[in-house]
Amino acid sequence: MKIKKRFCHSYCLSGHPTLPCNVLKFKSTTIMLDCGLDMTSTLNFLPLPLVQRYVLMHPKTKQELKECSGHVFVDSVPEFCLPETELIDLSTVDVILISNYHCMMALPYITEHTGFSGTVYATEPTVQIGRLLMEELVNFIERVPKAQSASLWKNKDIQRLLPSPLKDAVEVSTWRRCYTMQEVNSALSKIQLVGYSQKIELFGAVQVTPLSSGYALGSSNWIIQSHYEKVSYVSGSSLLTTHPQPMDQASLKNSDVLVLTGLTQIPTANPDGMVGEFCSNLALTVRNGGNVLVPCYPSGVIYDLLECLYQYIDSAGLSSVPLYFISPVANSSLEFSQIFAEWLCHNKQSKVYLPEPPFPHAELIQTNKLKHYPSIHGDFSNDFRQPCVVFTGHPSLRFGDVVHFMELWGKSSLNTVIFTEPDFSYLEALAPYQPLAMKCIYCPIDTRLNFIQVSKLLKEVQPLHVVCPEQYTQPPPAQSHRTDLVIDCQPPATSYRRAEVLTLPFKRRYERIEIMPELADSLVPMEIKPGISLATVSAVLHTKDNKHVLQPPPRPAQPTSGKKRKRVSDDVPDCKVLKPLLSGSIPVEQFVQTLEKHGFSDIKVEDTAKGHIVLLQEAETLIQIEEDSTHIICDNDEMLRVRLRDLVLKFLQKF
Amino acid sequence: MDHECARLLPAVCAVLADPRQPVADDTCLEKLLDWFKTVTEAESSLLLLQENPCLLELLSHVPTLQDVSAGVLSFSLRLAGIFAAQEDCFQYLQVELLPGLFGAAGPLSRAVWAVPTVRSGWIQGLRSLAQHPSALHFLADHGAVDTVFSLQGDASLFVASAAGQLLVHILALSMGGRAEGHTCPQGDDWPTCAQKIVGHIEESLCSTDTSRVTQALNVLTTTFGRCQSPWTEVLWEHSPVLGSSDLGPWEMTAQALSRLGPTQAGPLALGVLKLHLCPQALRTQAFGVLLQPLACVLKATTQAPGLPGLLDGTSEDSVVADALLSSKSSCVGLLCRTLAHLEELQPLPQHPSPWPQVPLLRAVVTILRLCDGSAVPASSVGGCLCGTLAGCVRVQRAALDFLGTLSQGMGPQEQVTQVFAILLEYLERPDSSPMVLKKAFQATLRWLLSSARTPGCSGLGPHAVLFLPELFPVLQKRLCSPCWEVRDSALEFLTQLSRHWGGQADFRHVLLESEVPELTQQLLQDPESYVRASAVTAMGELSSRGLHATPTSPEQPEAQQSLLPEFLHILSADSEGFPRRAVMQVFTEWLRGGHADVARDTERFMATVLQVVSRDLDWEVRAQGLELALVFLGQTLGQPGPHCPYTVTLPKAAPPSPLTEVLGALCRVRLFEFAFRALFDCDRPVAQKSCDLLLFLRDKTAPYGSPWEAGGSPDSASVEAALQRWQAGEQGQPLGDLEPEAMLATLRSIDLEGLRGTLAQGSDHVEKSPQSLLRDMLATVGILQENQADCY
Repeated sequence: MKIKKRFCHSYCLSGHPTLPCNVLKFKSTTIMLDCGLDMTSTLNFLPLPLVQRYVLMHPKTKQELKECSGHVFVDSVPEFCLPETELIDLSTVDVILISNYHCMMALPYITEHTGFSGTVYATEPTVQIGRLLMEELVNFIERVPKAQSASLWKNKDIQRLLPSPLKDAVEVSTWRRCYTMQEVNSALSKIQLVGYSQKIELFGAVQVTPLSSGYALGSSNWIIQSHYEKVSYVSGSSLLTTHPQPMDQASLKNSDVLVLTGLTQIPTANPDGMVGEFCSNLALTVRNGGNVLVPCYPSGVIYDLLECLYQYIDSAGLSSVPLYFISPVANSSLEFSQIFAEWLCHNKQSKVYLPEPPFPHAELIQTNKLKHYPSIHGDFSNDFRQPCVVFTGHPSLRFGDVVHFMELWGKSSLNTVIFTEPDFSYLEALAPYQPLAMKCIYCPIDTRLNFIQVSKLLKEVQPLHVVCPEQYTQPPPAQSHRTDLVIDCQPPATSYRRAEVLTLPFKRRYERIEIMPELADSLVPMEIKPGISLATVSAVLHTKDNKHVLQPPPRPAQPTSGKKRKRVSDDVPDCKVLKPLLSGSIPVEQFVQTLEKHGFSDIKVEDTAKGHIVLLQEAETLIQIEEDSTHIICDNDEMLRVRLRDLVLKFLQKF
Repeated sequence: MDHECARLLPAVCAVLADPRQPVADDTCLEKLLDWFKTVTEAESSLLLLQENPCLLELLSHVPTLQDVSAGVLSFSLRLAGIFAAQEDCFQYLQVELLPGLFGAAGPLSRAVWAVPTVRSGWIQGLRSLAQHPSALHFLADHGAVDTVFSLQGDASLFVASAAGQLLVHILALSMGGRAEGHTCPQGDDWPTCAQKIVGHIEESLCSTDTSRVTQALNVLTTTFGRCQSPWTEVLWEHSPVLGSSDLGPWEMTAQALSRLGPTQAGPLALGVLKLHLCPQALRTQAFGVLLQPLACVLKATTQAPGLPGLLDGTSEDSVVADALLSSKSSCVGLLCRTLAHLEELQPLPQHPSPWPQVPLLRAVVTILRLCDGSAVPASSVGGCLCGTLAGCVRVQRAALDFLGTLSQGMGPQEQVTQVFAILLEYLERPDSSPMVLKKAFQATLRWLLSSARTPGCSGLGPHAVLFLPELFPVLQKRLCSPCWEVRDSALEFLTQLSRHWGGQADFRHVLLESEVPELTQQLLQDPESYVRASAVTAMGELSSRGLHATPTSPEQPEAQQSLLPEFLHILSADSEGFPRRAVMQVFTEWLRGGHADVARDTERFMATVLQVVSRDLDWEVRAQGLELALVFLGQTLGQPGPHCPYTVTLPKAAPPSPLTEVLGALCRVRLFEFAFRALFDCDRPVAQKSCDLLLFLRDKTAPYGSPWEAGGSPDSASVEAALQRWQAGEQGQPLGDLEPEAMLATLRSIDLEGLRGTLAQGSDHVEKSPQSLLRDMLATVGILQENQADCY
């Protein structure tokens, strides 16, 4: 059944294209797509254990702000930029769909503080590794107690007087301190695990399905569909052959709307080249007796880097150089990666049957080349040998063990810090450590889709409309001439920005309606064209739980008492005597002949854009014949009108 | 034809004429035809047919067979053509046999004509027999030319193309009798056959059917390409179609250049520019066409109006711009072809002059910048190019190749600086693909060498002095690349650099300051054999120049650690051939150049190396061992004579030692044993090389006369016995310690000339003989017969 225009709205709660948070109002459900946490806000804070000299700033904020090498930082527990909470009442969100472990870091803020009472859906590796990331984050921040929590500087009047980049920091009022482990556990308990291609019914109206997205262990894209509408949500996908299962593209076909987020943050760098750069610089440093520091997350790219080093270190004659992986969750991360066989690429899956560990870091650990520790304290200080390679967090360089190594190694030009995570600007990350003697190498490895791959994907999948963050519709600010670094599709993509509400364009507007058997029995179809039969139906439309049923109309009520009658007429819509429906077209020439036969003379026919006008000049009457309407216009001569009407009706079929 | 073949031939013909005995292998028939072609070149075909009546029987029988195989029929047609190529034989055959094969009553009218092989055989047969005027009459009488016309449009491309070729051949044959200068300009007195063909071509050219026009053009192209006789000019100038516009060939070319799209015009322009005699105006136009795409690129990226130097005021660049913008593949294709054409043109003596070096450099640097995304577009065309070319490997490769070629012309200071800057950028970029990187290394080397050749410059040249300190950190990084192709090309580049500049103080300083020598030495243990081989070559070069390692111990600041043990280890232990070959090449170079490690005790060096090499499984390593031995001989005995293909350059020719002493040395390093063993090597190049070496040795020792009368020496007999065993394949037994006189006697007793002759024949000369072919064919049939018997 064709229905009145039905709007589908999308509320954009995050301005970060790779850490999205959108809410989709689709049919009668409210679905949150991802809840990424923008941690770039932490770059405005001092690294946690650092002690800095005090510089007099604004009198009110002198306790809160510290200067360091010409940059001003907030001396406080780092805070994160939350998704927008005012745009929509988050307690009305029915479900949250998570696409990968990087895009769920804001989950405790949403589930614990907004009255949210729905369900969260995510795959098992997403939940497990997401938990590790959260655990690491909480651990990093909680183990360095810092009493001070700065808030004065956020006062708008004060903020605008501060030097850049603090002056320009946005949404500072939404910045919040890190959640606690208790909140993490509570949030994670609301998650329901799903598998790829599993169909999940939401309130009978909508079906959601996760698909492999090829980016990380358990990472998924989502399909949200009703009988007639299909929305695909593409977030953090990769077409490269790394460790996860390959991306499922075929299932994204025939979408009305494709929401595209999570593209690569470094569209001009190819990951292979960057891995090469990583290895070469690592080798050069270690050969010279220097140490290499790799700030990283405890899961994801690190698996690929370790695999790469596994092959490389022997060939480069570096087998004796120890690799250290330091994170409160290092052990779990290395072990988890080996047990999620079904979520891995085919190559790694087949190793499990040999049986062999799918990732070669198992062998690195066995041969003592890779060692992992929960922190720099304890065993690590006994085993520590230099030169070495250290993988540790956090990539923002604001908290975690990495801060210790930056202080330890920063003063020697023999050492190198290699940035591989693309989430933070390395220059901003390094700002509080300046002046720095150690070498800095930036080789961001981002395996997510680039614009060429997106353009191929869109050609393959052919969605009717594409919706994406505004950042993807214009070239990056630093490379404004690279007009190729945008999403190129027809019709042009609809873009959104933080705190914007978007009406999604749908072409199809149909609903599926069932007909009760007894009603269906009563229908008498009439064939109007070969293969097409029509029947009129009078019924009551009954709608419940997003299912629509046509039921036989109630029998006309017997007029018994006035009171009862009134109630019936309230409930039952008027069943007027139905006029027959007409179909067919009027052949003008024959119609004129018929008119002449019936005594009309002086007939003139004019062609118009939409049809014809038959002029009966004598009778001062006009018959306007168009494709879907016929009008007889005459002056107060009802007799004439009825006569003409009957002549018109002769040419039409009735049923 | 020899007796044995003549004896086998009837049986083979009988097999071929028997449809129940299919010839399993088509290549046999091809080989048989090849053999008959050689036989008829040497003998009279007529005589051959008369002496071997089975052949005539075969040729007359096959076309009458009902269920003849297409392969055999085609074979018969071609064979008949080969025989009929000789006029007397043609006369003999034309009465009955040839009409039956090539006439209307032959295969033409039968169902088997539908098989392309048969049509192809028919054409090839005619092509062979059309060698004399009588053949033309035969063709005319049997309407063969009309059939060839129709075959031009054959469904099989091979047949269609062969038909076109045949027409050209017939045309040339019929015009062949014309004396030069006697051709009537109108072509009215041309032979009927030629008139017919030309008429057909003209008709086809006027046809509305494109394929017919193409066929006619193909025939014309082949005619002009193959035959330069005056009559072809008549054909060109006075053919009603080609001559109708009153345009000469130059004008026509000019028109074509202006009308064709950039993709087609480019190759034509290149062709025009390669011509030696060609009007200047046309050359200018052609060069303009070739430069258009680059001018378009420059225009799209230049802020200033007007393009100095390159195509001022171009008018038709919108077509080129359209081609560049229409699609990525069209843009990439056009640019790559343009760059390749210019690269081909630049070194030619007839290249356009003045050569627009400055704008070309600008254009190619701009293209490279567009490819790495650093160019700033000045227009929407530029913006589009930027998106299309970003990261395009094909264009990067073509541009770097051309940039390398342009190094011959250098350029103004600031532009050369720009060139070095973009080259450094490409060498540094993590995104450069291994292939692009290799090209960048090659282009860099060419520019460095050119800059050193700048007049009035001594040493490296001003650019190189500035560039090298920036280059070495990049080279260091590339030597550590996880991608082996990158490590390999970095090593090759280093080898080239050291070869050219190993003696330059500036270069030595920068190299020794860097970690490149240590990294290179480390790569001797690389897991990839190609890289190990390149590392060996590079280290060998560095070591020759005294550059291979910085002093490790403070006590011996000048001492280089010897690489000899490491190289010997690679030679004896490396599992792959490439590194071992590389070691042998380095050793040969070292011996030639008098490298200290070798010169310290050359005899011991030779003895060790020859012993290791003689056991090597790779024949190239063994061959290289003989090369080393030859250099050694040259140094001990004096330069090899002119008959020897190898030239040995020695810095200072050492005075030849007395022969006894030399022979003693050769025995001590066991050179005789090595060379004798190699003489019976299962790989022919090794045996040949050894043969050459021993011949050289024998000739060198001959003038001294023999102090010991050969023949009676018992030692010699035992050596010869050992050699015979080796020849029989028993390689295990060593020769034992033997006296020089025994060696010399053995050397003189071996028929080296005879051996050289046998080796030159090739190992397959027996298998290639016609007897063997005929026997094989019979044997195959024999086997088939047995199988048939089993089946029944």
